[in-house]
Formats: sequence, C-alpha cells, structure tokens
Amino acid sequence: MGCTNCSDITKKYYRIERLPHIWCPGCGHGTLMNTVVRAIDKLGLNKDEVVVVSGIGCSSRAPGYLDFNTLHTTHGRALAFATGIKLANPKLHVIVIMGDGDSSAIGGNHLIHAARRNIDITTIVFNNNIYGMTGGQFSPTTPHGDFATTAPFGNIDKPFDLCNLAQGAGATFVGRGTAYHALLMQKLIEKGLQNKGFSFIEGLSLCPTYYGRKNKKGNALKMHEFLKDNCVDKRVVDKDPEKGKNKILIGEFYNNPKIEYTEGYQVIIDKFQKLGEM
Amino acid sequence: MSSKDGYKLVQGNEACVEGALAAGMRFYAGYPITPSTEIAEISAQKLPQVGGKFIQMEDELASMAAIIGGSLTGLKSMTATSGPGFSLMQENIGYAAIAEIPCVVVNVQRGGPSTGMPTSPSQGDVMQAKWGTHGDHPAVALTPNSVQETYEYTIKAFDIAEKYRTPVVLLMDETVGHMREKLKVKSSSEIEAVNRKKPTCKPEEYKAYRPDEDMIPPFAPFGNGYRYHVTGLTHDETGFPTNSNIISGELVQRLVDKIEKNIDDITYYEEYKMDDADIVIIAFGGVSRATKSAIDHMRENNIKVGMFRPITIWPFLDKQINQIADKAKEIYVAEMNLGQYFLEVDRVAGKKCPVKKINKISGELITPEEITYAVTGGRL
Ligand SMILES: Cc1ncc(C[n+]2csc(CCOP(=O)(O)OP(=O)(O)O)c2C)c(N)n1
Ligand code: SF4
Repeated sequence: MGCTNCSDITKKYYRIERLPHIWCPGCGHGTLMNTVVRAIDKLGLNKDEVVVVSGIGCSSRAPGYLDFNTLHTTHGRALAFATGIKLANPKLHVIVIMGDGDSSAIGGNHLIHAARRNIDITTIVFNNNIYGMTGGQFSPTTPHGDFATTAPFGNIDKPFDLCNLAQGAGATFVGRGTAYHALLMQKLIEKGLQNKGFSFIEGLSLCPTYYGRKNKKGNALKMHEFLKDNCVDKRVVDKDPEKGKNKILIGEFYNNPKIEYTEGYQVIIDKFQKLGEM
Repeated sequence: MSSKDGYKLVQGNEACVEGALAAGMRFYAGYPITPSTEIAEISAQKLPQVGGKFIQMEDELASMAAIIGGSLTGLKSMTATSGPGFSLMQENIGYAAIAEIPCVVVNVQRGGPSTGMPTSPSQGDVMQAKWGTHGDHPAVALTPNSVQETYEYTIKAFDIAEKYRTPVVLLMDETVGHMREKLKVKSSSEIEAVNRKKPTCKPEEYKAYRPDEDMIPPFAPFGNGYRYHVTGLTHDETGFPTNSNIISGELVQRLVDKIEKNIDDITYYEEYKMDDADIVIIAFGGVSRATKSAIDHMRENNIKVGMFRPITIWPFLDKQINQIADKAKEIYVAEMNLGQYFLEVDRVAGKKCPVKKINKISGELITPEEITYAVTGGRL
C-alpha cells in the first residue's frame, strides 16, 4: 500500500497510506487534485490551518487523500458546511472541491449564495461534464445534444457556464483551467487562495469511463488532446477575438476584490466590544 | 425586557435563546419560519454582543450544514426551525449523527403536513424527531412545557449534545414558543456547562473516531493541529470510509448504544398527582398544561387521575412507562396529532392495561374540558 518512490510534495501533503486512489485510469480528477496541493505548497500555507471540504461524487473523494483538516459532506452541501467553518473560525483557509453536478445541480443554490456573500472560500469545481460516481447521467454542464445514460437520445438541456454563473452571483475571483493546462490551473488556485473573498475556479476534467465512452471522445489521451487543441487563454482572445471562435475560454476571467463576509461580521462584533469598554 | 431580581417576562422563543447563550452557544445558522422566527431574530441580535456568530443561510439544508461546520471548529452551535424546515434538515441531521457532531436543532412545531398551519400549535413531528432521517441512528428530543423550562432544557440540550457528541432536538410547540411567562435566568456561576471532551494524545496518535470506554470519541476542533477526516460515509475509527460489514454494524450500534445505554442520564420527566392514580394521562409540551387543569378538576370530583409528562420524549422512556402500566387501570395519551406518541406507549403498556388516545389536529390546544370529557365519558 502507498507509493514507494513518491516525491517530497506527495509525502508532505498526501495521506500516502490512503493511496492508491479510487479514480479510473485516465480520469482528470487526480491531476486537478495535484494542482490544489501544489498551489497550497507554493503559498506555504500551514497544513493545520487548511480545511478541505467536498460534497459527494468522484471529485469529492479528493479530500480523503489529503493531509489537512478534511470534510466529506452530503451531496451538494459542501459550501454550506464550509460557510459554517469559515465564519466560525475565519483564521482557517477553506477550500471546497466539488463536481459539476454537486456544485451546480443539487448545490446550485449554495453556490450562488456563497458567491453573493463573498465569503472567503476557494471553490474548485472538477468539471467532467457528467455524473461520474452514479454512472454517467447528464449534469448541468453536459453540452446540448450530448449523450448520457439519462439522455439516451441526446441531451435537450442547455448547459451552464459555471464561471459566468459564479461571477454573476458575486464571486470576486473567477477563472478556468483544465486537467491538461495544469500549471495554469495551479496559478489560478494560488490567486484564488490569495483573494480575500469568494474565489471560483473551474477545472475542466475528463471522464473517459462515462462521458468519453458515451460521446465517442476516444481514450483519455484523446480527451487530453481535445483540451489542448480547443482551449484558448482569455488574454489571447482579448487581443484577437477571432482566435476564440468555437473554442473554450480558459484563464483568469475576473479579479475584483470587495468587502469579505467574515470581515464584515467582525466589524459588528468589534463595535459591541468597543461599547463594552466604554 | 425589564429585569428585576433576575426575572424577565419573555416568550418561550426568547427563553430558548437565553438558555442557548447561557449554555455557551456561539454559532447560529438558520432560515426564518413561523413560529420559530424570534429565535433567529434574537440570536442575530445577541450573538455578536458575546463575540459569537449568526448567519442567515439560504435555506434549512444550508443552515443545518453550516451549524455542523461551526461545531467542527469547536463552537457550540444551534439552528431553529418549524415543520417544513425540519423536513429539509433531515439529511444533515443524519450526517451530524453519524459524524458525531454536537449541535442543537430547535423545532417549534406547527400544523402539518407541508406548510400546514404556520401560526397554529401542533405536536405532529414527534415521530419525525425520531425517524426523520434515513437509517438507524440515535435520537434525543426534549419537550419543555413552559418558558422557564424552555430555558432550562435548551441548556440541557446543549449539555447532552456536547457530552454525547450527537444532535439533540428541542421539540417545542407553538403554544410554548409564543407564550409569555416569567423567566428566571441563572447567573453564570449557577451554570456548569458541559463541554465536549478533548483528546489528550499527540496529534499523530489521534484516531478521530476511536471511542473511549464511555463509547464517545474525544473531539479535536478543526484548526487545532489534529488533522483528520470526517465523512458521512460509514467509517472506521480513523474516520475513513470502510466497506467492512463488521465495522459498519459496530459503528451504528455504538451510536445508538451511547444514547440508549445512558438513558437515565438524559431522562427528564414530571409526575403530577401520580401516587394513587388509577388513571394516568400521558401528555407533553403545551398539552400537559391543559392536562393539569383537567386533573385538578377531576380530583375535586374524586377521580383518581394523575399525569406522567415525559420531557425527554426520545429516547422513549420504556422503564417509566412500564412501571406506570403495572399500576394503572387505564392510560390515556393526549397529544396534538393523531396518535404518534400513543404508538410507543401502547407498545410498552398495551398488553398490561388499556391505552387510549386523546387527539386533536385542528390547530388548537386540547382543552381541559376535552380531556375531562374523554376520561370521564362525559360524566363531568
Ligand atoms: C441527496 C443525494 N442525491 C443523489 C445522490 C447520488 N449521487 C452521488 S454522486 C452524484 C453525482 C456526482 O456527479 P458530479 O458532482 O458531477 O461529480 P463526479 O462524480 O462526476 O466527479 C449523485 C447524483 C446523493 N449521494 N445524494
Ligand atoms: S467514473 Fe469518470 S469521473 Fe469517476 S473516477 Fe472514473 S473517470 Fe473519473
């Protein structure tokens, strides 16, 4: 059990006795988990002050492998649990990992309200465009027309753009990376962690087991190549909009700090404490 | 509220917040719903004054989730709701039970099902307080019948939650939540708040779900150097999920046992004119007050009737009800539902003596006259 020749970073941040993980070969979730760890390492956060919270799904198994304070909650509710943790102890760095279904179907309401409050939580969605854990049903990010076990004739739902959703709801840092563009992903998470407020980072993942197979996307390698060939950084498109045509936009989309929720609450507490001193 | 000699005239809902603060509540997350709303409003006002936190969440699912989060950092946490909100909280109440997170859930009951009768009293959630969430799990619920008791038993609810690392339900009814009565608050020296026990071992040695001999694992708040994993999945003593049939069975059994085997420690009840009673009326919450008047009236007419009032409504007080059934000629269960607590009383007492129901679901309290009529068959 565990890894025999793992790197220092793995030894430092992973519960190596919990490895190997449960994810299928080629799944994008492992790479994305690693970008979270590398961002934490880069910023040198104290492990005892990091809390990683997740909901339920393949993606949400990530915290179990990480050596922090970790909480695996109920499906969709990770942000609500995390809100309690952050408000009760604002010293903690709270990171939430969710799936696309977890965060935007059952947990959609919590997502928009956590964003609206601008509470200092770094939210990372591992978006594989499908429900992995329950075996390939469509999710709110499955593209229109794609196939899933519950969309055997093609999905007639229209997908969410999760980054637009989070930004519209009030997130103060928003960006999108992918399991292929791991360095970008790491950079976005670092920035999200540094933002004092609600940060939303979408990580395009891939599920060869269900989404790939149902939609004839080829194996994991092919799916990575798809990400490589079809994603363009926002900065490139800003200069030349032509380059963004029929492509998926990645990069930093929004970074505009505003008053953070727990700090706002502390102002109220301080007011009473001053009154008490008088 | 003017306060003279420590007395105040307050609503049950306000007494609940006073009790919670006295017990050490420092975190409240909730969503407004009649008839519990004042509990949120007064918490919003008072918590920041003592350095605590209040948050109005987007719904009850989130509220229940947030208090679990708050409790995980070590703060004593509470939420309050009524019927529809209590339904929404159930999944995460189950989470608190299996992950052993102490918290208090107040349900000021209203008429149901569904949105039912928002401003009318009811006792329709008795079974939901026990079986509302899926799976087997421990259930603790306390039912005060006055403003003073609401204060006292909110404190006890926190104490039980902290001691046994379990969610505790304070099951009120609108009658008690909205009545105004005299409340004597305790001074801080009179209150010996119970706090969850902390680990004494080094962080590396800590197994978050390894129980001590008392069946309760020590609790390390998140952020204190003890890094561990918490999940709603069936887990072993390390806190990580397990598929072992043996360990899963043992976990759920321990959760139930830590409550059932300590039942005497969390058992509260009142007996009224029971010494020589042939007829026993079992009632709780608001209905017990009407029952007392009915008993006084019947006693004046030489009917030997008394009341047994469970305050701890869950776990069920098998022992006490058994003893009553040994002596009584007849037992009545009076409740503002169609006979929920009756089912349990009948299970224990039914083979020994007749158990009958007195029920009302119109959104009004059962009156003393109705109780007297039911017991005497209209003779009085
Ligand atoms: C209340 C509730 N409803 C449904 C489920 C079943 N369920 C488990 S995971 C999941 C979907 C997971 O999909 P996603 O969030 O996209 O994550 P992925 O597994 O693809 O990483 C569902 C529906 C559940 N656990 N709880
Ligand atoms: S089912 Fe899909 S998302 Fe889940 S582990 Fe396998 S590849 Fe990954």
